[in-house]
Amino acid sequence: MGRIIGALLFILTILSVVFVVMNYWPPPEAVNGMGHAIDAQFARTMVVVGVAFILAQVALGYILFRFGAGKKGERAAYSHGNNRLEVVWTIVTAVVFVTLGVMAQKVWAELHLSAIPADAITYEVTAQQFVWKFHHAGPDGKVGKLNMDLWKDPDSFGVDDRDPDAKDDIVSATMVVPVNRPVRVVLRSKDVIHSFFVPAFRLKQDAVPGMTITIHFTADKIGEYDLTCAELCGMFHYNMKSKVIVKSEQDYQKWVADMAGNH
Amino acid sequence: MSDTHAEGAVHHHQPPSGFIRKYIFSIDHKVIGIQYWCLALFAVTFGMLLSLMMRLKLAWPNAKWTMLGTLFPNGFQDGVMKPEFYLSLLTIHGTMMVFFVLTTAPQGGFGNYFLPIQIGADDMAFPRLNMMSFWVTFVGLVFMVASFFVGGPIGGWTGYAPLSSAGVVTGPGQGLGVDLWIISIAIFCIASLLGALNFITTTLNMRVKGMSLMRMPLTCWAWFTTAILSLLSFPVLLGAGLLLLLDRNAGTSFFTPSIWVTGVLQKHQGGSPILWQHLFWFFGHPEVYIAILPGMGLASQVLSTFARKPIFGYRAMAYAILAIGLLGFFVWGHHMFISGMNPSTGLVFSLITLTIGVPSAIKTFNWLGTLWGAKIRFQSPMLFAVGFVSLFVSGGLGGIFLGQTSIDLFLHDTYFVVGHFHLIMGVAAIFGMFAGTYYWFPKMFGKMMNEGLAKVHFTITFIGVYCIFLPMHLLGMAGQPRRYAQFTELPYLQHLEPLNLFLSIAAIVTISAQLIFFVNLAYSLLKGPKAADNPWESTTLEWSVPSPPPFDNFGGKIPVVYHGPYEYSVPGAAEDFIMQTSPETVPASGH
Repeated sequence: MGRIIGALLFILTILSVVFVVMNYWPPPEAVNGMGHAIDAQFARTMVVVGVAFILAQVALGYILFRFGAGKKGERAAYSHGNNRLEVVWTIVTAVVFVTLGVMAQKVWAELHLSAIPADAITYEVTAQQFVWKFHHAGPDGKVGKLNMDLWKDPDSFGVDDRDPDAKDDIVSATMVVPVNRPVRVVLRSKDVIHSFFVPAFRLKQDAVPGMTITIHFTADKIGEYDLTCAELCGMFHYNMKSKVIVKSEQDYQKWVADMAGNH
Repeated sequence: MSDTHAEGAVHHHQPPSGFIRKYIFSIDHKVIGIQYWCLALFAVTFGMLLSLMMRLKLAWPNAKWTMLGTLFPNGFQDGVMKPEFYLSLLTIHGTMMVFFVLTTAPQGGFGNYFLPIQIGADDMAFPRLNMMSFWVTFVGLVFMVASFFVGGPIGGWTGYAPLSSAGVVTGPGQGLGVDLWIISIAIFCIASLLGALNFITTTLNMRVKGMSLMRMPLTCWAWFTTAILSLLSFPVLLGAGLLLLLDRNAGTSFFTPSIWVTGVLQKHQGGSPILWQHLFWFFGHPEVYIAILPGMGLASQVLSTFARKPIFGYRAMAYAILAIGLLGFFVWGHHMFISGMNPSTGLVFSLITLTIGVPSAIKTFNWLGTLWGAKIRFQSPMLFAVGFVSLFVSGGLGGIFLGQTSIDLFLHDTYFVVGHFHLIMGVAAIFGMFAGTYYWFPKMFGKMMNEGLAKVHFTITFIGVYCIFLPMHLLGMAGQPRRYAQFTELPYLQHLEPLNLFLSIAAIVTISAQLIFFVNLAYSLLKGPKAADNPWESTTLEWSVPSPPPFDNFGGKIPVVYHGPYEYSVPGAAEDFIMQTSPETVPASGH
C-alpha cells in the first residue's frame, strides 16, 4: 500500500507540474502595467511554491517507498528529533516567505498608496444589482456633481442636469478608455457590495454602498476586455457583466465627441 | 473491581441506568463524543448532497432535473435549477460544513471522547455543561436545516452585509431563512463557548499524576489550543450575529448604510458593511485553525504510532500548534484586501499572514522527519494520516499566493480560493477525521473496521479530492469567479467548460465512493471482529483500558504516567512500544 500511495504522489507531482507549465487554461492576456507586474510576481511565487511542493510530495512518496514495515521484529530508528535542523528549517522558510510578501507590496503600493497621475481621465462607476454604469466627464473634462437623490429613479445614476458641468456628461453601459492613459475609477454602489473585476487588468476592487473608493489603471493594448462582478450580490450575480473598451486616443476622442451629453 | 472503589472513592458520579440518561441526555463524555460524531456524520452527508447538486448545475447549467424539481418545487423552473437556489445550496453547504462538521467532529466528537481518557481523567471537568453543549449544538443544527427548507439564505457562509441585512428588497432568499440561519449560528456560538470552557478546564485541571503538559499527546495540545481559539473568537461572531439580526428586524444600522434598491431608499445611518467583515473574519480566520488543528494533532499521533517512531521534535510540534493559534488572530485582514479597508493595513496583514507559513512548514518537516527511518505499518488510519500530510502541503502552499496583497488582487474571489480552502480546511481536515474514525473506531465501539474496504475507500477518495480541488486552482488562475450559478455568460470563461465538467464528474465519483465508508461503518458495527484493548500497539492512555472503556474510563483505578506519549522502538525495551502508563525505564534522552 505504501508503494501505491508513493506512486500516486509521484503522479500527482508530475501532473501538477505539467498542467502549470503547459498553461492549457490561461487567463486573458494582461494588458496593463500592473497586470504584467502581478503576472511576474505570480510566476516568481509559483517557482518558490513549486519547489516546496515538489520537494515535500516527492520526499513523502520516497519515504513511503523506502520505509515500509519490513521483516517482523525489525525496529525503527529511535530519535526524538534534531534541534539544529529545526532552526535551519524555520529560518529558511521565514526568510523566503516574508521576502515574497515584501516583493508583492510594490504593486499594491503603486495601486493604492501613490498619487494618480495628473493626466488621468476620470470615470465614476456605479454598481447596482446586476448592472454597471460608467459616468464620463464628456468633452469639458468636468464630471457633473453626483446627486444621489436622483437614485429614486431606478434607471438614474445620479447625473444632475441642473449642474452645468453635467450637461455634456456621458453615461454608458460599457467603459470606453484611451490606450496608454491613466484612468481614475471612482467606485460606488447603490445597493449591496459589488466588485469591479477586469481579469485582463488583474484588478479587483469592491464597490461598497456608503463608500467612495478610488483606483486607477492604464491599459496598454487596444481591444475589448470583459468586466464582471466578483462579490456575491444576489441571484443574477453570475450575469453582472460589462466591457472595458480600450480605443486609440483618436478613436476615443471621436467617441467622446459623438456621445457628448448622452446620459 | 475492589470493594473500596465500589464505595465511590474515585468516581464522582455513578453510571446511569435508564435508557434516556444513558444514551440521550447522558453526562458521560464518551456518549457525548459519539453523539457529536453522529451529528457531524448527518451534517456532512447533508452538506455533501448539497455540493453534489451544485456540481450538477455547474456542469450542465440548462439541463432539466425533473426529480429534483419535484423535491424542491421552489428551486427549479421546468426542471432547470434557478440561480437563487444554487446560491442557497452554496450558503448552506458552506455553513453546514464549517460549523456542524469541521468544528463539531474533531473537537466535539473526538476531543470529547478522548481528551479526558488521554490525560487520565474519568470525565470532563463539567459533565452537565458538556451535555448542554451537545444539545445546544443540536438545536442549532435544527435551525440550520430549517433555514434551508424555508427558502435558504443566498449570501454565502460569510453573509456579507448589506445583502444579508437589508431583507427581502434585495431579492429572493433574504427572508425568514436568513433569520433562522443567523439564529442557528448564534446558538452554535453559545454551544462552542460552553465546550471551549470545558476543554480548557479539563486540560489544565484534570491531568493525572505524571501527565505534565509536555507529556500530553499532541492531540491534546491541539484540542486545548482549539478550545482557546473558540473561547476568544466565537463571542465576536455571536455579537456580530446578534447585531445583524437587529439590523434585519429592529431597524438598527450597525452594518447597513442607506441604500437604494429598485428606486426605494432604505433609510439607515452610520452602518458600515466593512465592520461586518472585520467582525466576521476576526472569528472566521481563527475558525480555519479550529477546523484544522485537531487534524494536525491527530495526524501526528497516527504517524508516530504507525511509523513506530517517536514524533520528530515533540516540543517544536507543540509550540508550532500554539504559534499557529496565536498568529491566527492577527491575519483576518487578508480576507479583506479588496474590501475597501485602508490599504496600508493590508501591508501588515499580508506579512503576518506569510509568517504563518513558518510554523506550518515546521509541522510538515517534522512529520517527514518522523517517517524517516520508520517501519511504517500501512493500516487504514495511517493511509489517511499520510493523505492528510500531502493535502496539508498542497492546500497550505496556495496560501502563499493568496496572502500576497498584489496577487490577491487577481485571485481574490476566484476558484483559486475555493480550491485552496477546500484542500486545507475541507479535505485535509476531513482526512484527519477519517484517520480518527479508523484509528479510534475499535476503542469507541469495540469492533475493528474492515481494512480492505478502508483501502478502497482511501484510494478513491485520495485521487478524487485531488481531481476536484487541484483543477480548481487552474480555474482560478484563469480568472473564474466563485459563487456564480453558471459560467455561461462571460466570453473569457467559455474555454474552461471541459475543466468544469471534469470537476463535476470527479465530484460525483468521489461522493459516491463515500458509500464504501458508510457500508464499512455499518458492517463493522454489526459484524466487525472484536477489538482488543490495544489493536494498533499505541502508547497513549486510551489504549490501556478496555474497548470500549468502562463508564469511569479506568475501571476505578487511577493511572500514573511515566513517559512522554510517543516512545516507539526504544532500544532495549521488551516490545517496540512503551505505554505512557508502563513503569519500564526509557533512556533519559532520545536525542
